Amino acid sequence: MSTEVITLPGTQTTVETSRRPLVDRLHEWVTTVDHKRLGLMYIVYALMFLLIGGVEATIMRIQLSAPHKDFVSPQVFNRMFTMHGTTMIFFVAMPLVFGLANYLVPLMIGARDMAFPRLNAFSFWLSAFGGILLYFSLIGANGLYGAGNAPDVGWFAYAPLTSHSFSVGHSTDFWILSLLVSGFGSIGTAINIIVTILCLRCPGMKLGKMPLFVWLNLVMAGLVILAVSPLSAAQIMLSIDRYLGGHFFDTQAGGSAVIWMHFFWVFGHPEVYVLVIPAFAVASEIIPVFSRKAIFGYPVMVAATVCIGFIGMSVWAHHMFTVGMSSNANTFFVLSTMAVAVPTGIKIFNWLATMWGGKIDFKTPMLFCAGFLFQFLAAGLTGIMLSAAPFDWQLGNSYFVVAHFHYVIVGGILFCLFAAFYYWYPKMSGRMYNETLGKLHFWLFLIGFHLTFDFMHIPGLLGMPRRIYTYEPGRGWDTWNLIVTIGVVFQAAGILVFAANLIWSYFRGRIAGNDPWDAWTLEWTTSSPPPEYNFAAIPSVKSRRPLWDLKHPEDPDWKYE
Amino acid sequence: MQSTRNNSAKLPLLKAPAVLFFPASACLAQSPTFSSPTNIFAPASTPAKSIFGLSLFVLVITGIVFVVVGSLLAYAVVKFRKRKDDDSREPAQVYGSNQVEIAWTVIPVIIVVVLFMATARVIANVQKAAPDNAVHVTVTGHQFWWEYRYPDLKVVTANELHVPVGVPTEIRLLSADTDHSFWVPRLAGKTDLIPNHPNVMWIDPQEPGLYLGQCAQYCGTQHAKMLLRVYVESRTEFDHWIQQQSRPAQSSDAAPEGQRIFEATACINCHAVAGTPAQGRFGPDLTHLMGRDTIAAGIAGNNHENLRLWIQDPGRLKPGSLMPAMGLNEHDLNAVTAYLETLR
Repeated sequence: MSTEVITLPGTQTTVETSRRPLVDRLHEWVTTVDHKRLGLMYIVYALMFLLIGGVEATIMRIQLSAPHKDFVSPQVFNRMFTMHGTTMIFFVAMPLVFGLANYLVPLMIGARDMAFPRLNAFSFWLSAFGGILLYFSLIGANGLYGAGNAPDVGWFAYAPLTSHSFSVGHSTDFWILSLLVSGFGSIGTAINIIVTILCLRCPGMKLGKMPLFVWLNLVMAGLVILAVSPLSAAQIMLSIDRYLGGHFFDTQAGGSAVIWMHFFWVFGHPEVYVLVIPAFAVASEIIPVFSRKAIFGYPVMVAATVCIGFIGMSVWAHHMFTVGMSSNANTFFVLSTMAVAVPTGIKIFNWLATMWGGKIDFKTPMLFCAGFLFQFLAAGLTGIMLSAAPFDWQLGNSYFVVAHFHYVIVGGILFCLFAAFYYWYPKMSGRMYNETLGKLHFWLFLIGFHLTFDFMHIPGLLGMPRRIYTYEPGRGWDTWNLIVTIGVVFQAAGILVFAANLIWSYFRGRIAGNDPWDAWTLEWTTSSPPPEYNFAAIPSVKSRRPLWDLKHPEDPDWKYE
Repeated sequence: MQSTRNNSAKLPLLKAPAVLFFPASACLAQSPTFSSPTNIFAPASTPAKSIFGLSLFVLVITGIVFVVVGSLLAYAVVKFRKRKDDDSREPAQVYGSNQVEIAWTVIPVIIVVVLFMATARVIANVQKAAPDNAVHVTVTGHQFWWEYRYPDLKVVTANELHVPVGVPTEIRLLSADTDHSFWVPRLAGKTDLIPNHPNVMWIDPQEPGLYLGQCAQYCGTQHAKMLLRVYVESRTEFDHWIQQQSRPAQSSDAAPEGQRIFEATACINCHAVAGTPAQGRFGPDLTHLMGRDTIAAGIAGNNHENLRLWIQDPGRLKPGSLMPAMGLNEHDLNAVTAYLETLR
């Protein structure tokens, strides 16, 4: 039996859970509809796939560390980059983003759960099943013969390589189904997030009083619906091609390979914003708290995000500058892509202004956010280079592009996600992480990241295309590739320190208390970890920083907003 | 805790460190560290040069932005970090400033407009049709090799493209199977070869020499070993080469047995040798095989050992190649190799 001390916001709750049999506790996790447990399951599940995707990346980097290496065969290499890309986007980045949104959005808006708890659980299990399906292809793709296989058509799966003529066996089918299934999960979660935010806000929390984290996740969820739907449609069309004699993408029967590219990138580019906007959301919470200042230009930050969401839907064909579009089409997509730089720049400037004049406390979360700011700036600028279509005719599909988008996804998004883990770890686990290990993780990962991805730009400029399992000596690529591979060692060491920190702190960390960061949003009013019902009494708010108002009754925010 | 408040922001942005101008990229091309036969910063043909000019412009602008914003970030991170002797008071709370927001909206807009106009001009320049006097070549991408046809000159060859110096060459891009991309960085940007979707590009190399590149769109198992070699020759050399390529295969009395085996096995299903029964179109045309420096799409020198190894088991040089191992015995293998070596 457990004794729960029901409290008002701002006071410590003590919860003693009695020891019950493991089976019972597992059963509770499997059947749970609690947004916090589902959020944690999303995160743990994504972190496991992060390790798998990391191993795949390491295999590729060993193979490419020198020309004409024989570490893996071309077939295995092609599977590795397909699985790495698919895993990292669909089964690491998306679940991490959903996990954080699931855990934090209801807490931040003063709600007791998501709007549709059962849909929430259903969506999670769909996504989880999708990931398992993808990896089942390693043993199941050739049916009963057991030879083992995995998708090898690239995560972008360009037609007609995916047609029956070029992709015999079932590995491509596993790829299609796994993305289709997890895509439905994503759409379910997106609907849930939108409805939760629109309908379950606590009294006083008008749209303009929501924490930026919540605003940005609202935009993210909207983009998920708009982006994942065409991908799901395309997967269904591809299945029709493969099994029901359709010819959508079957070029041998007059189908169009270019249509697939449009379908894929009309998903694929908004997907980048689906991942990066939650990263912005994290930065927009952490930077103010550790600078001890309110976010600068809140309305502008919201407007810029919505703007990114809209423009982000109309830039997809910048992935297709080399497919031979008309010069008018190319010019349009140059303009729309460059235009995204404006709201994105505004966000960087607002974070800068938030830090300006503050007292920045460089705890681990803030360190990661600072890294994010510099790296995202650089990633945005290489993005500008790629958006100039003629420059892209040289850089497209080269290692420069690989370096660019890893700068976005690792240097931008993953750094923010690490910041988020450290920042909310005390809330989720009830214990503080180890600060020394956290800083060690940051520096190791920073060094590894820059060794790998700074130097990866150069072989691209020297003409090295991506997705090649080996390369010729004498092209001037060897040294750069070796350095890139060496960086992996540091990144892997950083990840190990991170994992050790999470596990060690879970058992041995200092008890965190409700509000270890002296922060301002509602999740810090309840206990750590929060009780199942989140809040004993539904809070009501008057400003964007309810805890600031509570801590500074003489000078509350609502006087100024 | 006490907090002071300041509603109208006074951001000392103007006091930020002075910005240094770095025309960094121009030295990239010259430095020996960056020497590469496929360096995009060493253009040798008009499209590549136009792109190079735009690249420098974009690099300089983005470089300046990086230095300015990066310095501001670095300044903020160092200057406003919490110090040990800080009191526990919260800093002044600033909520925003419309003037500053407008400033950092308008300035990026201007930069974007400038970059866009410069880019649009180069797009129009490079995507215009090739001049009338251009040599026409049709490139067909195959898994995993290149087929070149000169429709006006009635020449077919594979993997090694010959073009005249100083004259435009219009390249029509087709694909026989999956997507490929034609990328010789010193001559032009890449353009994809997509089935059912013919594309056109052009080059006008201004210096004779060998230009390298490779397939830049994932096309299957051996995407990595689908190399491009473009031989830029003087007009006389090019005309001579065309004349030599237009002839049917030399009478091959030297290796009649090899020819018999070649024509009696599956070789001729895929390969053509002009003037003989071998008329396959699936693999490279072999009529003038010995005129090429390399085999297997540029991955191995065209010499006796490699040729023999290739016929015996292509998977040894290029695992995943669509050419099957023919399983010839030692005698037949030598005979076929000898026959191919007569195809000049």
